[in-house]
Amino acid sequence: MSDAAGIIERPSPVASRGRAPSRRRAGAVGGHHRNIGGVWPVLVLFLPPALVLFTLFVILPMGEAAWYSLFDWSGYGAPEDFVGLKNFETLWRNGAFRTALTNNGLIILVSLALQLPLALWLATLVSHRIPGTTAFRLVFFLPYVLADVAAGLIWRFIYDGDYGLVASLASLVGIATPYVLADRDYAIYAVLAVVVWKYFGFHMMLFIAGLQSIDKSLYEAADLDGATPWQKFRTITLPLLSPTIRLSVFFSVIGSLQLFDMIMPLTGGGPSNSTQTMVTFLYTYGVTRMKVGFGSAIGVVLFLICVTLAFSYRRIFMRHD
Amino acid sequence: MTDTTLSLKTGPARGRRRRPGFVAMLYLYGSLFIVAAIVLVPLLTTALGGFKTLGDLRVNPFGLPGEWQWSNYWDILSGARYWQMLGNSLLIASMTVVLTVAVAAMAAFALAHVRFFGSAFLMNYFLVGLMFPIATAILPLFIRIRDLGLLDTYLGVVLPQVAFGLGMAILLFRNFFRNVPKELFEAALVDGSGYIRFFWFVTLPLSRPILATVAIVAFVNSWNNYIMPLIMLNSQDKYPWPLGIMIYQGEFSTDWQLVLAFITLTILPTVIVFFAAQKHIVAGLTAGAVKG
Repeated sequence: MSDAAGIIERPSPVASRGRAPSRRRAGAVGGHHRNIGGVWPVLVLFLPPALVLFTLFVILPMGEAAWYSLFDWSGYGAPEDFVGLKNFETLWRNGAFRTALTNNGLIILVSLALQLPLALWLATLVSHRIPGTTAFRLVFFLPYVLADVAAGLIWRFIYDGDYGLVASLASLVGIATPYVLADRDYAIYAVLAVVVWKYFGFHMMLFIAGLQSIDKSLYEAADLDGATPWQKFRTITLPLLSPTIRLSVFFSVIGSLQLFDMIMPLTGGGPSNSTQTMVTFLYTYGVTRMKVGFGSAIGVVLFLICVTLAFSYRRIFMRHD
Repeated sequence: MTDTTLSLKTGPARGRRRRPGFVAMLYLYGSLFIVAAIVLVPLLTTALGGFKTLGDLRVNPFGLPGEWQWSNYWDILSGARYWQMLGNSLLIASMTVVLTVAVAAMAAFALAHVRFFGSAFLMNYFLVGLMFPIATAILPLFIRIRDLGLLDTYLGVVLPQVAFGLGMAILLFRNFFRNVPKELFEAALVDGSGYIRFFWFVTLPLSRPILATVAIVAFVNSWNNYIMPLIMLNSQDKYPWPLGIMIYQGEFSTDWQLVLAFITLTILPTVIVFFAAQKHIVAGLTAGAVKG
């Protein structure tokens, strides 16, 4: 649990500017507070609302998912039909689920191998002191603010074989109109393009913030030594940006794993399950059919993947900190 | 974000680097315009498509409408459906924001300023919520909401949203609260005011930036949320816009011009608010991530 905290928790900017020691001392005078005002009123009034809400709607459901996953249950009455690990077995033998797993892996891969370099490249471009960069930043960030559902619907139109942009581009080039989203082999790549379109701006903003915190005098020193732009990028920018890169990787992975809203308007997981992700699979086979046991098993697998990734992320990246 | 202003002020870097040459400028602006086009063309086609007839759309998907069909937009704007959807979204998002801010700020205050047994454990407990997506526990969550009799109510959507937003909100608040200068605390305690008065009269007024950040994150998340209302709501008159837009698309699937007009109108509030308050929103959404 403390590992989970360690991944996310970073010193706040204020603290890193030298107030950290005073914070420690503020903690140390805790006993001092107790003499003056009672701590019980504040504990009894302030903590329970958050504690109850969080336990009731986050922690307990997660535990229940583990329990329900051992049953064959329609959600009505009490779960009685104990089936052990059968749900997990069925899940593993389900071809659509394996496609979903592969697709989630593919989304992570594209996020890391394509979207991240793209975002970093654009961040360096708009960090130049030239006119208009603020406007470009805003435009690039805009898709991130739009809802996934809206983005999905917009691109469903763009990809439409009869009316969309892709259709007219194809006729312009003189090839047969492709029905991209109806093609089992290509639909997932169309989805991936939308993912990058929607999220690169967010990562770009992260990188811009990261670039701004790099000490400019380092570049001056490198200039004096006659370093090429590429050398400066490799020896100054990249290493000093590594905390931001880690953060970006973290958000990419977590975001990729929960991709759902965008898939539904685009393909709904089809054609023939070729664009399912774990969450759309959960929705299609668990929620709409009210198979609580089976659906919970999917949730448990997703949970285990998230936890495993979080811990290995920590092992890989946080070792040197 | 604060670092930005700092680095700008530390002078020597300023104006030091030469303006890029012509070829470099061409490369810079060329790349930026191409990417901007990739972002904007789909959005503009959508907005313009809403002004076209279906026939026009078929032969001329991008490009200006041959004849501007204002009625596509007008029919949606004069109907009750669009306004009801936006109203529902606004109501759900407002409830989510108020509850998230209130509940998280109180808990974070206790975790930041009161020393008690199990405080560190409790903080980690809340942070567990950041590790897995809401979808993992969606079925048990549905059953819980059903058993509480909250199915098909706004509260049934709001409460889980708040609960899943708590981890991040508490983390942001606590990190901020811990940096409230302790001299203030000592002065207030000498005054004889207790924790609760201190929270209300000192901490909260000093915490406007972080309150705004948490509120923006909670609002945007709720405004755009699809899966939670999809699972919890049944009656169409309670649907927020992401659900409503999908229903609309299902009904008018072949009348793309209407669907496009509808999409444009539903994302319009977001786009307007984004450009009007861009500084706060970009800072809120990215700082929310970075400071977290």
